[in-house]
Amino acid sequence: MIMSNTSKYTVIPLLVNGQSHDVMVRSADTLLHTLREQIGLTGAKHACGNGDCGACTVLVDGKPMHSCLMLAVEAVSEEITTIEGLKHSEMRQAFVEQWAIQCGYCTPGFILNCHALVKEHPDADDEKIEEWLQSNLCRCTGYYEIKQAVKFVLEMNKKNG
Amino acid sequence: MIPFNFDYFKPDSTEEAIKTYTSEWKLGKKVVYFTGGTEVITFSRGGKMTADAVIDLKGIPDCTVLEMVGEKLIIGAAITLNQLIESDVFPLLSETARRIADHTSRNKITIGGNLMSKLNYKECILPLLVAEAVVVIVGPKGMEELPAEKLASGILEEGTFLTQIKVPVSNLNLPYTSLKRTRTTKVGYPIVSLAALIKEDRIRVAFSGLDEYPFRSAVVEATLNDRTLSDEQRISKAIAKLPTSISDDFLASKGFRKFTLGILLTEMNTVLEGQP
Amino acid sequence: MQNGFHKTVGTAEQRIDAIEKSTGNVKYLGDKLTKGMLHAKVATSTEAHAIIKSINTMEAWKVPGVHAIVTGDMFPFPIGPILADRPPLAFKKVRYYGEPVAIIVAEHPYQAKQAARKIIVDYEPLPIVNSVEQAFQKDAPLIHEQSGQYTKIIDNVYPVPGTNIASHIKIRKGDFGQAWAACTDTFTATYSFNLSDHAAMETRSATVEINPDGRVIVHSTSQSPYTIKKIFNQFFNLEVGKVIVHIPMLGGAFGGKGAVQLEPLAYLASNAVGGKLVKLHFEREEDMMTAPCHIGFNATVKLGVNQEGKLMAGQYTFLIEAGAYSDQAAGITRAAALDCTGPYHIPNVWCDSYCMYTNHPYATSFRGYGHPELTFAIERTMDQFANKLKMDPIEFRLLNAIKPGHTTPTQSVLTVNNIGDAAKCITRAKELIEWTSDPVSTTKDGLIRAKGVALFWKTSTTSTNAQAGAILLFEPDGSVKLSCAAVELGQGTKTILAQIAAERLKMDVSEIHVTMEVNTQYTPHQWRTVASSTTFLAGNAVLAAADDAIRQLKKIGAVALQCSEEDLEVGNSRVYIKSDPMKGIAIKTIALGYKFPDGHTVGGQVIGTGVKMQRQLTTMDKETGFGDPGPWWSVGAQGVEIEWDERNFTYKIIKAVTVMDGGTIINPMTATQQMRGGIFLGLSIASGESFEFNEQGVIQNPDLRTYQMMRMGDQPSEYIVEFIETPSEDGPFGARGIGEYGVIGAAAALANSLSSATNVEMNKLPLTPEMIWRMKGEAYDSVQF
Ligand SMILES: Cc1cc2nc3c(=O)[nH]c(=O)nc-3n(C[C@H](O)[C@H](O)[C@H](O)COP(=O)(O)OP(=O)(O)OC[C@H]3O[C@@H](n4cnc5c(N)ncnc54)[C@H](O)[C@@H]3O)c2cc1C
Ligand code: FES
Ligand code: FES
Repeated sequence: MIMSNTSKYTVIPLLVNGQSHDVMVRSADTLLHTLREQIGLTGAKHACGNGDCGACTVLVDGKPMHSCLMLAVEAVSEEITTIEGLKHSEMRQAFVEQWAIQCGYCTPGFILNCHALVKEHPDADDEKIEEWLQSNLCRCTGYYEIKQAVKFVLEMNKKNG
Repeated sequence: MIPFNFDYFKPDSTEEAIKTYTSEWKLGKKVVYFTGGTEVITFSRGGKMTADAVIDLKGIPDCTVLEMVGEKLIIGAAITLNQLIESDVFPLLSETARRIADHTSRNKITIGGNLMSKLNYKECILPLLVAEAVVVIVGPKGMEELPAEKLASGILEEGTFLTQIKVPVSNLNLPYTSLKRTRTTKVGYPIVSLAALIKEDRIRVAFSGLDEYPFRSAVVEATLNDRTLSDEQRISKAIAKLPTSISDDFLASKGFRKFTLGILLTEMNTVLEGQP
Repeated sequence: MQNGFHKTVGTAEQRIDAIEKSTGNVKYLGDKLTKGMLHAKVATSTEAHAIIKSINTMEAWKVPGVHAIVTGDMFPFPIGPILADRPPLAFKKVRYYGEPVAIIVAEHPYQAKQAARKIIVDYEPLPIVNSVEQAFQKDAPLIHEQSGQYTKIIDNVYPVPGTNIASHIKIRKGDFGQAWAACTDTFTATYSFNLSDHAAMETRSATVEINPDGRVIVHSTSQSPYTIKKIFNQFFNLEVGKVIVHIPMLGGAFGGKGAVQLEPLAYLASNAVGGKLVKLHFEREEDMMTAPCHIGFNATVKLGVNQEGKLMAGQYTFLIEAGAYSDQAAGITRAAALDCTGPYHIPNVWCDSYCMYTNHPYATSFRGYGHPELTFAIERTMDQFANKLKMDPIEFRLLNAIKPGHTTPTQSVLTVNNIGDAAKCITRAKELIEWTSDPVSTTKDGLIRAKGVALFWKTSTTSTNAQAGAILLFEPDGSVKLSCAAVELGQGTKTILAQIAAERLKMDVSEIHVTMEVNTQYTPHQWRTVASSTTFLAGNAVLAAADDAIRQLKKIGAVALQCSEEDLEVGNSRVYIKSDPMKGIAIKTIALGYKFPDGHTVGGQVIGTGVKMQRQLTTMDKETGFGDPGPWWSVGAQGVEIEWDERNFTYKIIKAVTVMDGGTIINPMTATQQMRGGIFLGLSIASGESFEFNEQGVIQNPDLRTYQMMRMGDQPSEYIVEFIETPSEDGPFGARGIGEYGVIGAAAALANSLSSATNVEMNKLPLTPEMIWRMKGEAYDSVQF
C-alpha cells in the first residue's frame, strides 16, 4: 500500500520527460503544482484548477491529463511528459507556422493534447479533432488556426507515411 | 490549491481498504474514498468538502476489471470513462459516457466516481438503470449486491464503497439511444440527458438533469409505450406525468427543461423506431 | 544596394514571441518562482450589500504560517482611475458579493487560503440593487451615499448625488426635438444584457516588495504599468521614482487587466509584513467574482428619418452597468456617448449616457470600450427600422453612412484623414457574406440559413495627453534593441513595433531585438496598452526614435566618410553616400561611435529616442458634449451566417466575415489573427456568456465549467477577414489602431442573423437556445406539442 501523510511532507519519485525527480509534496498537492513549484517546469499553466480549460494538460503514459485534477502522489510510477519534453515535436512547429499562438497561455496545453491526438489517431477526422480539443479553452485565437495546425500535421504524417 | 492536509492511502485489496477506513475513522478522522479523484480535488479546493484521510481505490484489482464473466459484464469502479468508451462493450454506456465532461477529463473520471458523485447528474447511471444493472458494494459489514437505482440518490452506509457494476449480457446490445442537451456548448452539465433502449418491444428510459437525482419512472415509461396514443400525445402525457418537481436554475428554467425534454423524447422515438 | 533589406511593413513576418511561447519557455508572472516569498489571499464578502459590523480574525490567526491580516480600517481611503470611489478593502460597508474584506499573508498559498476561510464578518444586510434598471428607479436603495464627495481623478465624470448614477454624460447636437417632430417615420427599441467576464486564460496576479530604501517593486499582470505608479503616488504617497513596475508578457487581457486592483492590495499586504515579497494570485473564481468584469448594458434607441429614408434625428439612453464601483465604466459611459450614433450621419442627436451603480461585481474596460455594446443596440435598430421602411438593411446603411465632411455626435469634423471608408467596408462585407435580397433560405435538411450584418466605428478614446515613448539602442554588431512600455498581451504589438523600426531604419527585422518585458525603470512612459492606441502612439514614437537614430548615424558617418550629413542615407545596415552607394560604412563600425585608424574617436553609442503625444484632443463640454475626443475613427463591417434549427432552438455559426479599414496594415497575419480572435470573442459572449445572479446578488456561474465559453467546434466554420487600407495621415506608415475592432460588430451581426431566422427581434443577450425560446414568446412552464 502506498501512503503519504500530512504531518510531514512526503518524498515521492516522479518520472518527468525521461528524468526522475525526488520531490517533496503534501498529499493534497496537485501534479500541476508539483511540476511547477517543485520541479520548476512551468510550461503547464494554472488557469482554472478545476478541469475546465486544459491549460495544465500534460501527458501521463501518453494520454492527455489535466494535471490540476491529479494529485502528485497519484502520478508516482507514471511516465509524465510536459511541454518542456516536446521541444522537437512537429506539432509545436506547426503551431508556430500556422499562426496558432497569440498570448500563448493556452499553447503548451493545446500542443500536448494535439500531439497525443495525432499519435493515437493518425486518421483523425473533424469530429475526432473537435472531441479531443474541446478539452482546451483558448480566448485569443478563435480555434481556427489551432485546427489548421492539427490538420497540417495529420497531412504531413500521411505524406511521410 | 487544496487548503487543507490529508493522509493519502492506496490499498491493494478491499480488505485493506476497509481496515484502513475503520482505523482512521476510529481516530475520529473524516475519511473519503477516491477513484478518479476529480471531484474530491475540485470540491476540496472550492470549499465544498474537507477530508482528513483519502483512500484511493485504484490499486484494488476488483476495482480495475473490465470483463465478461458468464452472463454478466463486470465493470470495476475505477475504470475511467475513456476506457469504457474505447472498449465499447456496452454501446449505450459508451455513448452516454462520451458526453460527460471533456475528453481529457474522461481519462481521469471513473464510472465509480461518477455514480457516487455528489453532483446531481451522474449520467453513467442512466444506461445502468435501463439495463437493470446491479452494483457491488463492500463495507465493514461485508459485501452486498444492490440494484443500480439504489445509487441514484446516493448515500451508502458509512465506510462502504462501490467496487463493481454488473450488467446482464443480454441487455448490452439492445437497440438504444442516448441524448443530451446543455445550456450552450457541448461540454457542460446536462439540462436534460436521457438514455433509452428497447427490450421486448418496450421502451425503457432514464433521465438526468431534470430533477435532484437521475431517475427512471414506471408511469412515464408506461405512457411512452402506450400504443393507443399518437407519438405527440404520448410525449406530452409523459411529460405531464413526470414524477417529481423539475429543476429550475441558472442552467435552465423549468419550462425550458420541459420543452427540451419534449424535443429529446421526439428524437428518441425517431431513432428507436428506425432500429430493428 | 537593396539586397539585404526587404520591405517589412505589409509583410506577414512571424511573431517574435511565437517560438518561445510554443516551447513553454515564456515566463508569465506566475512562472517566476521565488523561494521564500509570502503568499496573500483575500477573504471576500458573502453579502452583496451590507454594513460591516465587525471582522473577527481570531480563528484565522490560529492557522500555522500566517504572518499578517489586513482589514479595511487600515487603509480606509477610496481609490479609482476616474472617480475615487473604491476602498481597496471594503470599509464599513460591502457593495458586492466577492468584494475583498481582508487580506491574509502566509508562508504557503494553502495556509493563506485556509485562513481566509476563517475570517468571520458580522454583517447587517441592506436591500440589494440587483439590476441596472432597478438602480435607475427613483426609490432604489443607495449604494454610495457620498458619491458627491468622491475625488475626480480625471475630467468628464459627473456623479449625481442621492442617486445610483456615478456619471451622466450628455450629447446635444442640433435640435433633436424639432427634428424628431418633423420625421416622416420613427423607430424605437430597447436592448439589454448582463455583466459578463473577460476570462483571459491567465488570471490576474501581482507581487510587491518594499525595499529598505523605500523602493517599491511591483510585478503585475497589468496593461497599465504607469497607472500603477500614478495610483501608488496619489494614494500611498510614494515618490513616483521609487515605484518600479515590471510587466511580463500577459496571457490575454481584453481590457480586464487595465484596472488596478491587485497591486494596491499586494502593497498593503507587503507593508504589513515589513516589506517582504508578497504574491497575490487570483484563482479563477476570484478572477471572475472579485476582479472587475465586463459591463452590463441597457439601451433605448430612437431613430427618425425623412421622406428619403435619411436619418434626421437620433436619441440614445444608455444605462451602463458599472457594478459596485465606477472604475472604467465611467469612461465607457463617456465613450459610448461620443460615438453613440454609430457610423451614420445624423444631424440632430440627443444622448444621455448613465454610469450606474449596482450591487454586482464592478466592471472595467473590455475590448471595444463601450462600442460592441452600443453597436449591438444601433445595428439592431438599423435592421428593424429598415424592415419597417421596407428597405434593404444594407441599402439603408449605405444611404446614411458617415463620410468626410460630416460631424460626429460631439461635432468633431471628419476628414479623409481621420475616418476610414464606411461605405466601402459594408459593400465589401456584403459581397463576402453573399448577401441577397432575401437573407433567409432553407437547407435540404430543413435548417434555416440566415445572414446578418453590422457596420461599426470607434475612435481611440485615450486621454487628451496620452503618449508613448520608445528607445532604440544600437549594439556593437549594428543590431538594435527596442524598448518601450507597450505590453505584449497576445496582440503581437512587439512584432509590429519591430517591423516599424526595421522599415524606417531599412534594416532586417531580425536585427531588431525587442524587450518583451516592461520595466518602468528604463522603459519610457506610456499611457496604457489599451484603446487600440499602441500602434498609433508607440508606433509613432518608434518612428521618431528611428529618425533620431538616423540623424546620429549620419552625423557620425559624415565625419567618418568626410562628407556632409545631407549626402548620406541609412539602409541595409550601412550609412552610405546617396549618389555613390558603394561608398559607405557599416553601422556596426559606428554604432558605439567611430574610431579612426589612428585612435581618434567621434560620436558614441547611438541611442535614438522618440515620443508621440496626442494632439488637438479636447475634453467634452458638460452640457452638449462638444469636443474633439479622438484622433481618428476606424470603421469596419462584419457579417455572420447561421444555420438555425427551429425545432430545438439551436444554431451553428457557419461563416463570419470582417472587413476593416485600419489604414495601412503593418502585418497582415497578426492583423488577421486579431480580427478572427476578435469576432470569435464577440460571438462567444453574444451566444452564451453572462453572469447569472440569484436574488441575493450572488453569481451562480463563477467558474469555467458553468460560465460557458465557446469551445473547439462552436466557432464559425469559416472566418473571412479582409482589409481596406485607407491610409491615415498621421499613423505610422498610414496605420490606424485595430486591436479591439474585431469584436465590435459580432453581437449585432449574430443577433441580426438570428432575428431574420426566427422572425423574432433578438434584443437581449446572450443568445442561448433558452433565451431565444423565451423571446419567441412561449409561455413560461407551458409546452405545446
Ligand atoms: C470538467 C468536468 C466536467 C464534468 N461534466 C459532467 C457531466 O457533464 N455530467 C456528469 O454526470 N458529470 C460531470 N462531471 C462530474 C463528474 O462526473 C463527477 O464529478 C465524478 O464524480 C468524477 O469522478 P471521479 O472518478 O473523478 O470521482 P472522485 O473524485 O474519485 O469521487 C467522486 C465522489 O464519489 C466518492 N467515491 C468515489 N469512488 C467511490 C467508490 N468506489 N465508492 C464510494 N464512493 C466513491 C468520492 O468520495 C466522492 O465523493 C464533470 C466533472 C469534471 C471535472
Ligand atoms: S488548469 Fe487544469 S484544466 Fe484548467
Ligand atoms: S493564445 Fe491566448 S488563450 Fe490561446
